[in-house]
Amino acid sequence: MNTDAILSFEEAMEKYDPVLGFEVHVELNTKTKMFSSAPNVFGDEPNTNVNEVDLGMPGVLPVVNKAAIESSIKIGLALNCKIAESCRFARKNYFYPDTPKNFQTSQYDEPIAYDGYLDIELSDGTVFRVEIERAHMEEDAGKLTHMGGATGRIQGADFSLVDYNRAGVPLVEIVTKPIEGAGSRAPELAKAYVAAVREIVKNLGVSDAKMERGNVRCDANVSLRPHGRERFGIRSETKNVNSLRAVEHAVRYEIQRHAAVLDSGEPVIQETRHWHEDTRTTTSGRAKSDADDYRYFPEPDLVPVVPSREWVEELRATLPEPPAARRKRLQADWGYSDLEFRDVVNAGVMDEIEETIAAGASASVARKWWMGEIVGRAKNADVDPGQLGVQPATIVELARMVEEGKINNKMASEVLDGVLAGEGTPADIVEKRGLAVVSDDGPLLEAIDAALAAQPDVADKIRGGKVQAIGAIVGGVMKATRGQADAARVRELILEKLGVTV
Amino acid sequence: MAAINRDDVAHLARLAHIEMSAQELDRMAGELAVIVDSVKSVSEAAGDDVPATSHPIPLSNVFREDVVGHTFTAEQALSGAPDSLEFRFKVPAILDEA
Repeated sequence: MNTDAILSFEEAMEKYDPVLGFEVHVELNTKTKMFSSAPNVFGDEPNTNVNEVDLGMPGVLPVVNKAAIESSIKIGLALNCKIAESCRFARKNYFYPDTPKNFQTSQYDEPIAYDGYLDIELSDGTVFRVEIERAHMEEDAGKLTHMGGATGRIQGADFSLVDYNRAGVPLVEIVTKPIEGAGSRAPELAKAYVAAVREIVKNLGVSDAKMERGNVRCDANVSLRPHGRERFGIRSETKNVNSLRAVEHAVRYEIQRHAAVLDSGEPVIQETRHWHEDTRTTTSGRAKSDADDYRYFPEPDLVPVVPSREWVEELRATLPEPPAARRKRLQADWGYSDLEFRDVVNAGVMDEIEETIAAGASASVARKWWMGEIVGRAKNADVDPGQLGVQPATIVELARMVEEGKINNKMASEVLDGVLAGEGTPADIVEKRGLAVVSDDGPLLEAIDAALAAQPDVADKIRGGKVQAIGAIVGGVMKATRGQADAARVRELILEKLGVTV
Repeated sequence: MAAINRDDVAHLARLAHIEMSAQELDRMAGELAVIVDSVKSVSEAAGDDVPATSHPIPLSNVFREDVVGHTFTAEQALSGAPDSLEFRFKVPAILDEA
């Protein structure tokens, strides 16, 4: 279905300079909607979280949700924006069944937050500043399901079904200024920018920030211009790119597509594109035309929002540490190398490690357990590491038992399996499974004698000073004791027995 | 005289999904121009010391606490719908307007 020519990304980069722009919509997690007291809940039965305001019935009046204003101001502050002294809502007029009022209540000429920036760290540590034009408040639309037709897409549908549960859910739309100078890193920057916005709103606690549920949605604008030219090219806007990976792919694809259009001597058409995850391509939506003449005008049913400076400062004081600053602080506190820390972040266990350390584990023990034991188990179970339900206290207890010599690392790993299987506390499992390091030297000495007798040549080497050969004897003892011996103690006893001091 | 011609009116009518005859377009073009001029005369009365406003009442920050109130049942919500299916409003398939 897609016949658009594309250039290779490398060739596109040789010839053209990309300019990006993003509109990211963030659904707030307030208890109620932006202008009505109906619940803001995902996944309920259709058309049950609605009242007369959400359905746009005649004569109803909207009332602004104070918590949504506070969340919006927090987002503005976290994006280093100025908060408007006064702002107002506006009506954006269009006819589409997802909007029962035939207009969306939004902000137009007076957004609540403007002129901000976000410093985005790329994978190699390069910091790229993205300028924020504005963050404005608006309401979400209802959900349309296209029925009939072959694909479930709008093309060829026989009719559509509308659920207005989402209509009126508070949104903050974050709009960047044109992003220039990213060059071949544009796709990576796109992904990193959306990831950073998502992380910020999650960290602020103002959104559930689940992209798969549409809590964070991205429209990506891409245009190309020949190197050295200042004037921007004509842009396309790819709608609803709803995963971080898709953001990267969509920007990359649009760069390649634009380059092929420009190479053919044709102008790029200013239009909406739809992203298709299955083919990793975009297709043409509609051209920008009269349909974009929204005839905005000030919403007469809502009075201006005038956030006092005291209120703004109160909210600023509640802001959590920004995610990037927190990462820097934690890495320094924990003493992890850049590589170790990046692995921890990529594995998604930074919060878990922080909690484990707070519960009393050392930084290295916490990392060993999460990265060495739990991440692998989570991968096998196909869940996030945090979802396995490992309690920080469990890790602290396991680490303590190892340190005290009650169990060894291998047994501790087995005990963790028991905890995850719901068999009880680590102490219970050690008891039940009869796991304990053999600490009585008697049986150990017997096993050592046997191991030395079995490998007399190794014993001679150790006597002769080649202490590193001891591994073979320790291994023999561990095997004989089915892994229950304390390897460090075994080593001591062997050296003692052979009269070697190190 | 404000410049509102027949094409402007036809454009607005299309955006507003209002069907207008050629005769109505002609008449409306003339009438709208007069209306806009009349409204404009307000600005002659307001001096430089009167700021522009979109709201006549000096009121701001009218908020509601974030507390869940009443909702409709799906049956109630759909009671006025011309057509419905599976507790959802049924509407004709509408393609993006090109």
